[in-house]
Amino acid sequence: MSGAIKTESFMSIDKETARRVAKLARISVPDEDLPVLAGELTGILNFMEQLNEVDVDGVDPMTSVTPMRLKRREDVVTDGSQQEAVLANAPDAREGFFAVPKVVE
Amino acid sequence: MTELSKLGIAEARDAMRKGDLSSVELTQACLGAIEDAKVLNAFVHNTPDIAMAQAEAADARLKGGDAPDMCGIPLGIKDLFCTKGVASQAGSAILGGFKPEYESTITQQLWDAGSVMLGKLNMDEFAMGSSNETSTYGDVINPWRRGNDDASLTPGGSSGGSASAVAADLCLAATGTDTGGSIRQPAAFVGITGLKPTYGRCSRWGVVAFASSLDQAGPMTKSVRDAAIMLEAMAGHDPKDSTSAELAVPNFEAALTGDIKGKKIGIPKEYRMEGMPQEIEDLWAEGTTMLKDAGAEIVDISLPHTKYALPAYYVVAPAEASSNLARYDGVRFGHRAALSQGDGITEMYEKTRAEGFGPEVKRRVMIGTYVLSAGFYDAYYNRARKVRTLIKKDFEDVFAKGVDAILTPATPSAAFGLGEMKDADPVQMYLNDVFTVTVNLAGLPGIAVPAGLDKQGLPLGLQLIGRPWEEGDLLNTAYALEQAAGFVEKPSRWW
Repeated sequence: MSGAIKTESFMSIDKETARRVAKLARISVPDEDLPVLAGELTGILNFMEQLNEVDVDGVDPMTSVTPMRLKRREDVVTDGSQQEAVLANAPDAREGFFAVPKVVE
Repeated sequence: MTELSKLGIAEARDAMRKGDLSSVELTQACLGAIEDAKVLNAFVHNTPDIAMAQAEAADARLKGGDAPDMCGIPLGIKDLFCTKGVASQAGSAILGGFKPEYESTITQQLWDAGSVMLGKLNMDEFAMGSSNETSTYGDVINPWRRGNDDASLTPGGSSGGSASAVAADLCLAATGTDTGGSIRQPAAFVGITGLKPTYGRCSRWGVVAFASSLDQAGPMTKSVRDAAIMLEAMAGHDPKDSTSAELAVPNFEAALTGDIKGKKIGIPKEYRMEGMPQEIEDLWAEGTTMLKDAGAEIVDISLPHTKYALPAYYVVAPAEASSNLARYDGVRFGHRAALSQGDGITEMYEKTRAEGFGPEVKRRVMIGTYVLSAGFYDAYYNRARKVRTLIKKDFEDVFAKGVDAILTPATPSAAFGLGEMKDADPVQMYLNDVFTVTVNLAGLPGIAVPAGLDKQGLPLGLQLIGRPWEEGDLLNTAYALEQAAGFVEKPSRWW
């Protein structure tokens, strides 16, 4: 794998890809800003291309940096009845709910 | 009065226990120093009322005679920590107006130990940055200057407010967080001590998440002894953080004997970077000699995957950030964009996030989104996680050979000027973390210790990397280095 990929501009982000990534990230980017964004993303991705030089055959991807098992606990309610605190910082809270623009057409 | 704020934790503790000093006096001195240093832009939300109430309570507790070490010590708290009823914005506009209904575990432990909160400290937005130029509160200014040149320098980042505040004696110590070097790089840039503990040593609960598998909080202090004292109060198992380690917290201060005879210190050849300034190289050589003279055995070691740490980090960290920052959607807290007629929930998300996040955060969220997207997950994210396994193994291999600690430079340069990197491409800024980021990827403890001045008169730091969970031993080696280096310089006051 490592030898198969040319490192120079293996991945170049074009304007359309930048638009798609922005959409996936739910960040609105004006059309005129897309070329600059695409250039920056390409630069960062090219920097990451160095990883293709590493032989990772048979190496497990790291899941936990410290060798510990994630703890388990009884599936019981440990907290709750804090509606007021939960809603206290909401930009728009009404009648005990978070309020958002209409979701269903 | 403001002279009192120059004290460190250990000195202040001893004076308060003897009855020579009260926490109220000390706290007032710090509050005064903060007022006089507004130009540094280190403190961004001041809490003098909370501070005075806590100081009075601390004095009462001190009179009782069994007060903990941190009792009465005035601290600055990085804005990344959630503090109940006090603005906690992570340096971001998207958390404008957010006042948590809860307290982070670490700050709660500090208050339980009797410490005093002076206020919240500036930082790079969501801890993403190495120069404190990405904050919604504006740049933090380093109290150090290049000789008589009055150009403003960066205190580093992301814990730049913490660094500046401790170096300028606005507080006795501060909390920081470190995802790729955000405690150690700013500590080195301002000539103070900064410790990133082993991943899992301190609870992450209530600390705004950037990259959860890398984030770790730690103390930023005026001495190694202070770091040991403060770490003990911050550390410990927390059932609310499933990655926090169920290990007893030792008395770290008791480990400071200064005796490192027979300790094996590794010097990794891969950290000798091309284009590294001669002064950094010289400082590293001097530090090596100091440890050798103190009785340590110096061994050349190899950490072969070092070169790949930064690119791996810039896959893993943005990937985790893009997931963690998905919660900023304008629904539950912080900013929501004003909507136009007909805008639905998608427009609300997109406009809110476009307005609320700064350029660096947007870039990283989008990079993270890209490397996690269908078709690229294996090529980028999984490959980076495999390289991360190899980086950790590099360290395990040298520790298995009996190496106790590793000495490296803390940063590839001294503090640079604010705005100097403005036109550089983002990757250039990332290079600041070249010596620190490996430690986060491997989950190890690392400490930056001030060790000298460059020819412009700016502080330079050395980094020691320790074995997992052996912060006590690491602190002791750092203590020996601190004693040998004898760094006592302070920025001359211009503010």
